[in-house]
Amino acid sequence: MAKRIDVSGLSAYYSSFRAIEDISMAIEPRSVTAFIGPSGCGKSTFLRTLNRMHEVTPGGRVEGKVMLDDENLYGAGIDPVSVRREVGMVFQRPNPFPTMSVFDNVAAGLRLNGSYKKSELGDIVEKSLKGANLWNEVKDRLNKPGSGLSGGQQQRLCIARAIAVEPKVLLMDEPCSALDPISTLAIEDLIGELKERFTIVIVTHNMQQAARVSDRTAFFNLSAVGQPGKLIEIDDTERIFSNPSVQATEDYISGRFG
Amino acid sequence: MSQTVNDRRPSSLQGATLPKWSPYAIAAGSIALGLGISAAAGLDSKIQWGLMAAVFFVAASYGIAAKVEGKRQAKDRVATSLVWVAFLLAVIPLVSLIWETVKRGVKVLDVYFLTHSMGLVTDTEPGGGIYHAILGTLEQVGIATVISVPIGILTAIYLVEYGRGRLAQAVTFFVDVMTGIPSIVAGLFVLSFWIIILDMGYSGFAGAMALTILMLPVIVRSTEEMLKLVPNELREASLALGVPKWRTITKVVLPTSIGGITTGVMLAIARITGETAPVLLLVWGSTFINTDPFDGPQASLPMYIYQQYANSGGSGAAYDRAWAAALTLIAFVMILNLAARGIARWKAPKTGR
Amino acid sequence: MDISTKKSDAPPPVSPPSETEQKRAARGVTRPGDRVFLGLSRGSGIFLLVIMAAIAAFLTYRSVIAISKDESNFLTTFEWNPTAVPPSFGIAVLVYGTVISSIIAMVIAVPIAVGIALFITHYAPRRLGGPLSYVIDLLAAVPSIVYGLWGALVLAPQLIGLFGWLDDYFGWTGILDWQGGAPRSLFTVGILLAIMILPIITSVSREVFRQAPQMHQEAALALGATRWEVIRMSVLPFGRSGVISASMLGLGRALGETMAVATVLSPSFEINASLLDPGGGTFAQNIASKFSEASEMGRDALIASGLVLFVITLLVNGGARMIIARRAEYSGANA
Repeated sequence: MAKRIDVSGLSAYYSSFRAIEDISMAIEPRSVTAFIGPSGCGKSTFLRTLNRMHEVTPGGRVEGKVMLDDENLYGAGIDPVSVRREVGMVFQRPNPFPTMSVFDNVAAGLRLNGSYKKSELGDIVEKSLKGANLWNEVKDRLNKPGSGLSGGQQQRLCIARAIAVEPKVLLMDEPCSALDPISTLAIEDLIGELKERFTIVIVTHNMQQAARVSDRTAFFNLSAVGQPGKLIEIDDTERIFSNPSVQATEDYISGRFG
Repeated sequence: MSQTVNDRRPSSLQGATLPKWSPYAIAAGSIALGLGISAAAGLDSKIQWGLMAAVFFVAASYGIAAKVEGKRQAKDRVATSLVWVAFLLAVIPLVSLIWETVKRGVKVLDVYFLTHSMGLVTDTEPGGGIYHAILGTLEQVGIATVISVPIGILTAIYLVEYGRGRLAQAVTFFVDVMTGIPSIVAGLFVLSFWIIILDMGYSGFAGAMALTILMLPVIVRSTEEMLKLVPNELREASLALGVPKWRTITKVVLPTSIGGITTGVMLAIARITGETAPVLLLVWGSTFINTDPFDGPQASLPMYIYQQYANSGGSGAAYDRAWAAALTLIAFVMILNLAARGIARWKAPKTGR
Repeated sequence: MDISTKKSDAPPPVSPPSETEQKRAARGVTRPGDRVFLGLSRGSGIFLLVIMAAIAAFLTYRSVIAISKDESNFLTTFEWNPTAVPPSFGIAVLVYGTVISSIIAMVIAVPIAVGIALFITHYAPRRLGGPLSYVIDLLAAVPSIVYGLWGALVLAPQLIGLFGWLDDYFGWTGILDWQGGAPRSLFTVGILLAIMILPIITSVSREVFRQAPQMHQEAALALGATRWEVIRMSVLPFGRSGVISASMLGLGRALGETMAVATVLSPSFEINASLLDPGGGTFAQNIASKFSEASEMGRDALIASGLVLFVITLLVNGGARMIIARRAEYSGANA
C-alpha cells in the first residue's frame, strides 16, 4: 500500500520569488518523517509540492522531480487530481465541510471516485472512523453536522476523511497546532498507528512532537529573510536530536535560535 | 475490503488529457457549425446561430472529454464551458448596446444639438436639440443632490457613530427597504401628496423630490460602509486627546473617509440621472427652455429619449435624436462612474486589508 | 511629561466603576456641540423613517379613495376603465404580466449570473477578474430608458428569427405559439429584464463566492476533486443563501422596472395564452403608459395599483435582506 517518495532537485516559486531551493530527499514507506525548522523556511511549501497543492496558490510553480515509487508527479501527462487521490492531506486548521454530516464528510472523497452501495459506503466510513480513533465518539451522531464536533474531534474527522480513500501517502501540515494538549496526544497516538499502513509526512513547530512521533526528521532553514529555504539535513530522529551532523541543527534544537 | 476500493481506481497517475488548445478548437468548430446550419436553413438572426454555437460547444466539450478523459473530467469541462458561455452571453448585450448607441447616436450629435431646444421643431422633422433637457436634468439632479447629501451623510453618521438600540435598527432596516422602492412608486408618492393633495403644479422640483427619495438610501448605505472602514484607533486617539465627539467626527472621521463618500455620492448621482419614471409623472415634459425648476413643466434628458421614441411615429429624425440623447446620457453616466471609481482608488483609506 | 505626573499622582483605583457609571459616562452628551450634532444626525434618521411612513400613508389614502369608487373587484377584474361611469378597473392583467415577465427574467438571469460570478471568482485568470467585475458593473450603470430604446430598436428585431423558430417547433404547446406580430411581448420583456438584473445578481453572488473559505476548497482539492467538484462541494453550499438573496434583489428590480418595459412592450388589457404574442402589461409599465391621459380618478386608480407594487417589492426585498442578515450571523458564528 504505502509508497516511497524520492525528491530530487526540487525548487518551488511564488511568482518570481523562490521559496525553496534544490531540495533532494528520500521518504521511506511505512514510517513517519517530520519536517522541522523556523517559520518561513518553506517546510509547508515543500509539503504542498508533494501532492501538487502548491500550484493551487496563484503564481505557484515547481521545478524538479518528485518520484512516487516509479512515477514522477511532475511528469508529462500526470493528472494532478489523481495525484491528490494518491497523496492525502490534513491541514493545520480542522476543515470538515460545514454543510455535510459526519458521515458525508468521511464519504466525500469516496463519492467523488465512483458509486458505492450504501452498505459498502457505510463499512468504509466505519472503518475509517475507527482508523482515526473517532468511531466511539461519533457513532451515535453520524448524521449531525461535522462542524458540531470539538476541535480535536474535527481534526480526527479530517484524518478519517483523508484515509477513507486509501491514499498511499498522508501529508500533515501542523495538524496539532490549533489543538489543546489532550487532543494533540490523541492525534499523536493515531499517527503511531497509521504509520503501519501509510507513508506519513508531518510538518511541526513542536520539536518534542517531532521527537515523539517521527522515525526520521528533516531540518529546514533559510540563510536570511527573502532567501529561499533549504534542506539542511535529514537523518534518523534519534540522531538529529542527540548528535546532529550540522551545527545549525543543533543550535535550532537546543533553542539557540528560531 | 481495501481490495474493492483499489479496484475502482486507475492504476496509474497518468490520465489521458486533451491538449491545451482543444477548448479553442471545439469553440471554433461550434461557431462554424452554427453559422453553417444558419446559412443552410436561411436563418439571419445572430441570436439564433449564437445560441446554436453555444449549445454545440457545451455538448461537444462533454462528448469529447467523456470519451478521452472520463466522466468526471467531462463534467468539469462542461462546467467550465457553461461558465464561459454565461460570461459571453452577458458581454454580448453590453457590447451591442454601447456599439449601437454610439453608432446611431453620433449621426446628429453636434454642438447645435447640445445648444438648442425642441421649441419650434415638431417631432417628425429633423433639427432641434437637447439643451432644454440637459438644463432640466442638471437642475433636478442638482436639487435632489443638495437635499439628500447632507441628510444622507448625517443619517449614516448617526448609524455608525451614535446608533444603538431600536431607532438605529429601524433606520437601518428602512434604508434597506428604501433601496428597493421602484422609482415609479417614489414618483406616485410625490404625485399623491404634492400634486394631488397640496395641489402644486408639475415642476422640476417635484421631480427632484422623488429623485431625493431614490438617492437617499444609496448615499446612506455607501457612506455607512466608508465610515465603518475608519479604524477605531483613530477615533480613540482623538477622543483621548480630549477632543469632543462631534469635533472628532467632523475633523477626523469625515476627512479620513471623504474619498469614499464622494465616490458614493457620485454613483448615486449617476444612478438618478438616468431615472425616467418619476420625472415622467412629476415634471411632465416640455419642448421649451424653462430655467425655473420651481415653476411649470420642464424637460429632462431621459424623458426626452422616451418622448422622442414614443412620439416619433416611426420617423427617422426622432429616432436619431433619441439615440443622440441616449449617447449623451450614457456618456455622462459613464464618466461619472469612471471618475467615482478613480477617486475611490486614489483616496482609498489605507486599512489592513 | 504633564500626563505622566498626573498619572502617578492619581490615587490607585479602589474598585472598577460600576456598570451604570460606565453607561452614564459613555452616554454623557453634555457639550452643546455634541448635543446639536447628535440631534441633527438623529433627526436625519427620523426624517428617513417619516418619509417611509408618508409614502405608505399617502399611497394608501389615495388608493382607498380609488378602490371605494371601483364598481368591480380590484383584484380580479380584467379591464382598466377608471373614467367609465361607474369606474371599473382591476389589476388581474397587471399581476399576470408582472409575474410572467419576472419569472422569464429570473429563469434566464439567475443561472447566467451564477455562471458569471463563478467565472470571475474561480475560472478567469486572476488578472482578468477585476476588469471583468468592472465591465459587469457598467451594465448596471446604463440607464433603464437606454435599455428600453435598445430593446425596442435593436433587440426586438433580432428576436423575430428566434420567435419563428420557437413557433415552428414548440408552437403546439400554446405557450410559445406566435401569430407573427412585432416581437414586443412579455417574452421580449423578460429577456430585456434578464439583461438588466444580471449585474445585481452577479455582483452579490460574486462577493459571496469570493468569501467561500479557502480551507474548505483546499480540503476538497486534497481529496482529489476536480475544479467543478471543489465548487460543488465547498463553494456552492457556502454561497447558496447568498445567491437566493441576490436573486430576490434582482427580482425586486424586475418587478418595479418601468421605462424599459414601457418602451418595449405593446401592452393590451387581455391575457394571451402565448408568451410570444402581445398581451398583458406590468404594474409599472401601466402607470407610465396610462398616466399622461389619466383624469383625477385615473390617477388615483394608478396610485392604487402602485401601492400593490410597493407592497410586493417590500416583501421581496425584505425577504432578501432577512436572508442576508441571517447568513451574516451564521458565518460570524463560524469564523
